[in-house]
Amino acid sequence: MSKLYMARNPRVAARSLDGEMMIMSGRDSTLFTLNKTATILWQAADGATPLDEIVEHRICPEFEVEPAQALHDAETLARELASHEILQISEEPIAPASPSSGASR
Amino acid sequence: MPELTTEVDRLSLIIKIGSMPVRVNTTDAGFFAMLQDRYAGFVASPEYAEIEFDVDLTPRRGPDPEADVRVTQQHGRWTFERGDFRAEWAPASRTGWIRQTANPYSIDAVLRIVHTLVLAREGGFLLHSASAIRNGKAFLFAGVSEAGKTTISRLAPPDATLLTDEISYVRKHDSGKQDAGYIAYGTPFTGELARLGENVSAPIAALYLLAKGKENRIDPILPAEAARSLLANLLFFAEDEELVQSIFHSAFEFVSRVPVSRLTFVPDARVWELIG
Repeated sequence: MSKLYMARNPRVAARSLDGEMMIMSGRDSTLFTLNKTATILWQAADGATPLDEIVEHRICPEFEVEPAQALHDAETLARELASHEILQISEEPIAPASPSSGASR
Repeated sequence: MPELTTEVDRLSLIIKIGSMPVRVNTTDAGFFAMLQDRYAGFVASPEYAEIEFDVDLTPRRGPDPEADVRVTQQHGRWTFERGDFRAEWAPASRTGWIRQTANPYSIDAVLRIVHTLVLAREGGFLLHSASAIRNGKAFLFAGVSEAGKTTISRLAPPDATLLTDEISYVRKHDSGKQDAGYIAYGTPFTGELARLGENVSAPIAALYLLAKGKENRIDPILPAEAARSLLANLLFFAEDEELVQSIFHSAFEFVSRVPVSRLTFVPDARVWELIG
């Protein structure tokens, strides 16, 4: 099974408040509020760590779920976030964006 | 020999909202009179204008008056498009043009758009909310359609000055970092009440998120809910990543400086006993 890598889209605005991650699309100003799992994926999406490692080290300990099921759910979620252009996903590691792009705080 | 050209008088009007003067030029006396009437109270005497629009009136509407608005920028030039108008604005030259039929709604939309663009760079914004001044302080009442903006406006007591029943104008006021605050201005952007706001301003003391209920009460809310609700009620149209980033972070700064609470109310004037 191929690896899946994720990177935060530098073209969105993101901010966490009271543990709630809010993201606004830079393209059309749509506002997204991420749930706990999606927030973990967003925070761990460094372009270099594969999804299965994120699931193993960040999601399974948090939610006490079966690794296979957790990976399946996480991949579905990652693809959904990518469809909204919140995350970039790839089967290859994703190079970091230039320092000037992105404004996550 | 017959004259080949005719000199047409240009009529100019300064519409000053949020202390930003916008000059509108037209050659149509009827349209000019309509603007004077529509923006009464917001018409300023001729002076320097920060933005100037020439209005080109067309005889018929565009193909789809219900189409969504699109606001895009290319090479420093903004384009605003909706079924009933098309406009361009170049911030560098401060000038632009509007092509529309002789109606008040199209130019109203253009003015809202241009104000959102200017405010976004300054940390301010337009917000779906009613607002009013009482005891020298401004109060904002935010909510989606049917949340109660018109109702709370209609219930305002005589000592409250209505700024708007629909779209509040919020400008950041920096008088040193410690004293940074926000000012609410009156707008001519009306909702169901169809009554122009007063052209006055005051420091914002609170933002209330409206909810209809069985009693009048104010409840605290978490900062995250305040930020989410504020973001959900912002008016912003531009497809521009830099400005989206700017307005997004402005919303968080606003909720860090201005108290935000939930105001539950019954349609009864006594709710104003809790305000001001």
